[in-house]
Amino acid sequence: MSDVSFVRTEMLPEQAPPASEVGVLGWIKHNLFSSWLNAILTIVSLVFIYYVLSNILSWTFESVWNANSLSECREIMMATWGDTHGHACWGVIKDRWLQLLYGFYPPYPAHPDATWSNPPETGGWPAYFRPNLTFILLLVAIAPVLFTKVPRKLLIVTAAYPFLLPWLMWGGSIWGPLMVAAGFAIGYFAYKFALPVAGSLAAIILAIALPILWWLFAAGSVADAINAIIPIGIAPVESRDFGGFMLAILLGVVAIGVSLPIGIVLALGRQSDLMIVKYLCVGFIEFIRGVPLITLLFVASLLLNLFLPPGTNFDIILRVMIMMTLFSAAYMAEVIRGGLAALPRGQYEGADSLGLNYWQAQRLIIMPQALKISIPGIVSTFIGIFKDTTLVSIIGLFDVIGLTNGIRADTAWNGVYWELFAFIGVLFFVVCFSMSRYSMYLERKLQTGHR
Amino acid sequence: MTTLTDPPKEHFRLSMLLYDTRYRSATIQVIAMIGFMLLAAWIINNTIQNLETLGRTVGFDFFAEPASYDINQRLLEYDSRDTHLRAAFIGLLNTLVVAVLGCITATIIGVMVGVLRLSNNWLIARIMTVYVEMFRNVPVLLWIVFAMAILIESLPAPRAFRGENPEATMDLFGTVAVTNRGVYIPEFLFSRGLGDIHLFGTSSLRFDVSLDLIAFLIVFGGSIFAMRKVSAWANSTQEKTGDRPAIWHIQLGLLFVPSAILLGVLGFHLGYPELKGFNFSGGTHLRNSLIALWLALSLYTAAFIAEIVRAGILAISKGQTEAASALGLRPGRTMRLVILPQALRVIIPPMISNYLNLTKNSSLAIAVGYMDITGTLGGITMNQTGRELECVLLLMLVYLSISLSISAVMNWYNNRVKLVER
Repeated sequence: MSDVSFVRTEMLPEQAPPASEVGVLGWIKHNLFSSWLNAILTIVSLVFIYYVLSNILSWTFESVWNANSLSECREIMMATWGDTHGHACWGVIKDRWLQLLYGFYPPYPAHPDATWSNPPETGGWPAYFRPNLTFILLLVAIAPVLFTKVPRKLLIVTAAYPFLLPWLMWGGSIWGPLMVAAGFAIGYFAYKFALPVAGSLAAIILAIALPILWWLFAAGSVADAINAIIPIGIAPVESRDFGGFMLAILLGVVAIGVSLPIGIVLALGRQSDLMIVKYLCVGFIEFIRGVPLITLLFVASLLLNLFLPPGTNFDIILRVMIMMTLFSAAYMAEVIRGGLAALPRGQYEGADSLGLNYWQAQRLIIMPQALKISIPGIVSTFIGIFKDTTLVSIIGLFDVIGLTNGIRADTAWNGVYWELFAFIGVLFFVVCFSMSRYSMYLERKLQTGHR
Repeated sequence: MTTLTDPPKEHFRLSMLLYDTRYRSATIQVIAMIGFMLLAAWIINNTIQNLETLGRTVGFDFFAEPASYDINQRLLEYDSRDTHLRAAFIGLLNTLVVAVLGCITATIIGVMVGVLRLSNNWLIARIMTVYVEMFRNVPVLLWIVFAMAILIESLPAPRAFRGENPEATMDLFGTVAVTNRGVYIPEFLFSRGLGDIHLFGTSSLRFDVSLDLIAFLIVFGGSIFAMRKVSAWANSTQEKTGDRPAIWHIQLGLLFVPSAILLGVLGFHLGYPELKGFNFSGGTHLRNSLIALWLALSLYTAAFIAEIVRAGILAISKGQTEAASALGLRPGRTMRLVILPQALRVIIPPMISNYLNLTKNSSLAIAVGYMDITGTLGGITMNQTGRELECVLLLMLVYLSISLSISAVMNWYNNRVKLVER
């Protein structure tokens, strides 16, 4: 046997991959021209993108900002580019952006005659201070909920926000919201003091009954009494002055914030073994989900006053808020039910075997997991609700889409469409898109399996 | 030694209603039921009192009064002397028209976009992402008014079609006129038609069914049935002999010949829209409101459907694709024969809720003046008669029944394609 070997014993040195496989060229070859069909599709798309972008960009940037009416815009366009087509007239946004954002909310509520361009002489708060402050406080209040790195002390703002929001937006005496907040304090202390004396059940009943009695019979008159002695308040603003994008945010925040807890309760009710409770929840959810939001808004604007005791006539925005909350709660319940159903049976059994009672099991074992599973659904419900706030323009509130008709009714801006739609579309896109990105971030952060 | 004794016999105490799990559920349910009934009674009582104060009664007799308003886009004949009930019925049909058209278009666009978003062509995938994000994150109401504005502002007026050298010409070989008053398309006419059946006599729900349409559907259904028979025969022949007889020409003939003969016998021809004076006449007039609503709703819903389709396809494990490649299937057939049938099971349930959403969103027709059930019953009828309670409750009932029927049908379909595990 000879030791001749026909197998190579040493490795060949590595060669650089061909130039057409790496770098930009390789990427283009693999992602754009991998086959004949793809090459054709790529070229068609390039032509399409060029066509769309060239039109949109020239419309957006070859535009007129300084004009006070559409005819003035057209004159400037004629003088500059020789035609009136294909150029945006952003003058309308410059002229009306405050209205689109705030509706008819007075810039200086304490001085009804003052306007944005003509501030009151006595000074005081900056224009639109109250809605702006409410919005900034909203960001502060939700920051500790959204991001774990934010200091926990900010949760105080979160707790106070439900009372600050109506006071800042509608104004009036501070004692009303404070007395409402006092109801919760009464409930808390009633529970705390009754627990050692009367046992848990009596304490719970007391903690529910006392605040309700307080709100129904005492809170209003106490607030009035204190207000007579120490009047602290800010100028009130009428509901009919609310409008614009501010109204969308206001309705969206309230509906989103309130519907999540109601939705959780409804979902638990639907999953529960108690038959009557279950069917009540199923009936409510299916009814709300089966009808369009617009019919519920009709109920808010036309029927809700009929359903309440004679003589009650409360605010249209509050009525719309109630119906929108109920609407989103039903959708939220279905999303959360999906999360509950996706949990393996073992989780419930594990909770039982630890000896936890129903509420402990829900709070410590079931809900954290079920909510985590349903985050994408919850956020898309939020986005849906926020977009649906535009529907209030149909029942006559001056929502941002409703305002466009008002602006067009002005002779100066008669016939202006695209600029307004583009502005509104961008506003909604920014808010909704950031919400969906946040949900993706949250999903990644809470991802615990399959690492 | 152990002794077994019966557990001590407990007497029923009142506190057991709360602390004993055997009775607690009953207690809670009774309390919930009582609470619900009290709430309902409170609301009904308030309503009765309020109606008394306003001096109004509840009743549906206003339905028999003449509606005295016009509905411009309609399927059945209607004029302003017809009753409110007739108007609501025409509106209901309009709702169904836009819902059905919208669902079909949205499904087609949505499936295409969803598949293309997964394309390995980077550019195409990006364009589809932009489309989906753009439509999902902007309110549908804005899209509807935007579509309406485009149709009204950017299309030529009918008078642009006039004269020797018109500014605008009709599309598709002069058969379709796209104007800012709507789209005029050819209509189907039968010179030797069989006429109509008039259902429900002269009542408000009278309904004309074209016998020509029924005859056509019967013949066409017969053709399909015969085609399936032929295909079954070909399959069994293939099983027996190993050779598959060529049947494509038989299939083609079966599909077209009987229908063509029937259409010839009935004297089928198209009625083209023609410019007369300042407007078009003849043909079928699809108004801007219908087209704007249809377009906006289908594009908006298609963005959601695209995401559902994409998620459904991604839910199928990569092993399935690899197995299909190992069997030698090309990408197109892999998608059609392996991925889509499995993905369909994931896709259908959320698809149902999107169809429902589209149907419910069609109530936004009121923003562009399309007379659907919200525009008739919940709009002009309600304003004219002042019967808010009856109109709104009835409107809700109508939508609720539409929603429940759609979900019933789709659930039935879902159960049919559901994976049968062995």
